[in-house]
Amino acid sequence: MSKRIDVADLNVYYGKFRAVEDVTMTIEPRSVTAFIGPSGCGKSTFLRTLNRMHEVIPGAYVEGTVTMDGENLYGPGVDPVRVRRQIGMVFQRPNPFPTMSIKENVLAGVTLNNRRMSASDKEELVERSLRGANLWEEVKNRLGLPGSGLSGGQQQRLCIARAIAMAPDVLLMDEPCSALDPISTLAIEDLIGELKANYTVVIVTHNMQQAARVSDTTAFFNIAGTGAPGKLIEMDHTEKIFHNPSQKATEDYITGRFG
Amino acid sequence: MTTVATTKTTLSSLTGGELPRWTPWAVLAAAQALGLVVLGTANLAGAIVSGVVLYLVTIAALSGVVEGRRKATDRLVTSLVVAAFVIATVPLVSVTWTALSLGLRRFDAVFFTHSMAGVVGEGGGALHAIIGTLLITLAATVISVPIGLMTSIYLVEYGRGPLARVITFFVDVMTGIPSIVAGLFAYALFSMMFGPGHRSGISGAVALSVLMIPVVVRSSEEMLRIVPNELREAAYALGVPKWLTIVKVVLPTCIAGIMTGVVLAIARVIGETAPLLLTAGYIANMNYNLFADRMTTLPLFVFTTYRNSGGTDVTDLDRAWAGSLVLILIVLALNLAARLIARYFAPKTGR
Repeated sequence: MSKRIDVADLNVYYGKFRAVEDVTMTIEPRSVTAFIGPSGCGKSTFLRTLNRMHEVIPGAYVEGTVTMDGENLYGPGVDPVRVRRQIGMVFQRPNPFPTMSIKENVLAGVTLNNRRMSASDKEELVERSLRGANLWEEVKNRLGLPGSGLSGGQQQRLCIARAIAMAPDVLLMDEPCSALDPISTLAIEDLIGELKANYTVVIVTHNMQQAARVSDTTAFFNIAGTGAPGKLIEMDHTEKIFHNPSQKATEDYITGRFG
Repeated sequence: MTTVATTKTTLSSLTGGELPRWTPWAVLAAAQALGLVVLGTANLAGAIVSGVVLYLVTIAALSGVVEGRRKATDRLVTSLVVAAFVIATVPLVSVTWTALSLGLRRFDAVFFTHSMAGVVGEGGGALHAIIGTLLITLAATVISVPIGLMTSIYLVEYGRGPLARVITFFVDVMTGIPSIVAGLFAYALFSMMFGPGHRSGISGAVALSVLMIPVVVRSSEEMLRIVPNELREAAYALGVPKWLTIVKVVLPTCIAGIMTGVVLAIARVIGETAPLLLTAGYIANMNYNLFADRMTTLPLFVFTTYRNSGGTDVTDLDRAWAGSLVLILIVLALNLAARLIARYFAPKTGR
């Protein structure tokens, strides 16, 4: 169920402003791809175009193609809702639904889409998803309590469980650890390592050590200056990016010499 | 006195003079006593007001001498704020007291089980008015809530550009519309449809909903706007269509606030008199049918019985006060209901 994503000549616009320029890349299945780069370089924006979440922002549109195993996500007649059912997303701040219990949060993808499911299938899906997110042991005795009562790190893992309950092909993570403490971060990073066995994982991070720890491939984005569009500078094996980058800009950023 | 002496001697840059804690109360008592002595009990209000003014001047001067300018300003402004609060509560307490003491005279079983049909002299009740108020307000709510809620959903979730701005502008204008104009609108509308001089409960409900819709739109709009965008995004990222996101995520998250707003909007229109005078009219008999004949509401009942009394007839005056008390109690119950709803439906944190 893990799928390859090919991006070709992708430009992202907010109205007249071009936020991301000419990105071409391939994201391999069953691997973790990390996007790094300074704030405002368009890496989150680019991530959102991979499941058409940027369309939620008024005036945002893309040019170019994104294909998932040969299917163009921006082809005519493609329904963004269907795209998002196959490409899950986890956000920077944990956002469990406050009106729902832990169990209902995991099942949100099913119930919110009005899909029918037998009670035993639901039980099984909840357990499988929570185990998949390394949260089952911590919450199995309080599945009926509100999800917002968990700690920040647990909430984020609940959001991951909610995303993988939809059985997506790809999992996008937009700085999933930036609001968490180091221990919760470690838990999420371990989880990312396990998730890549089944999913294509793409993660945006500000933490370069994190990118080095969890990812197989790293893409470095940069901007020439304020108001200029973000560009993909270099993409390669994580080892290579961190030890022997081919671009000067990448080396400067990784070693802390930028600006 | 030794302690006072030692504190005086250890004055440092961090200590300053301080009035004893009882000083404000003592000054207030003295000022009021002086006011009463000078002006006498005949002019009680004047004595109290001049006592308060005297207190303000004295406490500011005293504090200025002993404690310095900053604390004097603090004491003066604190006293002014408390005085404003007391002034604001005076009418509230007075109204509650008057309505209770006068309204309880006829707050009996007969009042709640009889209409005014064929009543001359004593007896009679407001059952027809209570039923009318409940029916007309219920009808107004049934009309206003769907329209108002959907308008606010449009404004928050879909509205872009000039159309949304125009709607917002007209909602603002409608919020300030005089209630008699709403009554005239409903009267004209129903006269056009059913002939001049038409009177019915439903036309009153339409007049009330004209007043109620903008309140519902405004309050629900506020509530929908405070639902974090992150929750909408979380739902979209799960492949949930926009309309299901609104129905199943956005609305449940803020339903407590929306319902509170609706209840407060009901409380706002339940006491309307003028538009109902034009549309629902007054009748002494029971009328359970919203769509035919005149229908009495409590404000109209109060107004009519007061007018009948000529300002002197105690039987009618007592009825009017009992009617006011019932109306106040209904509004009070609605406000309590709003609080319970807010507490019951609010998202639980589980901590």
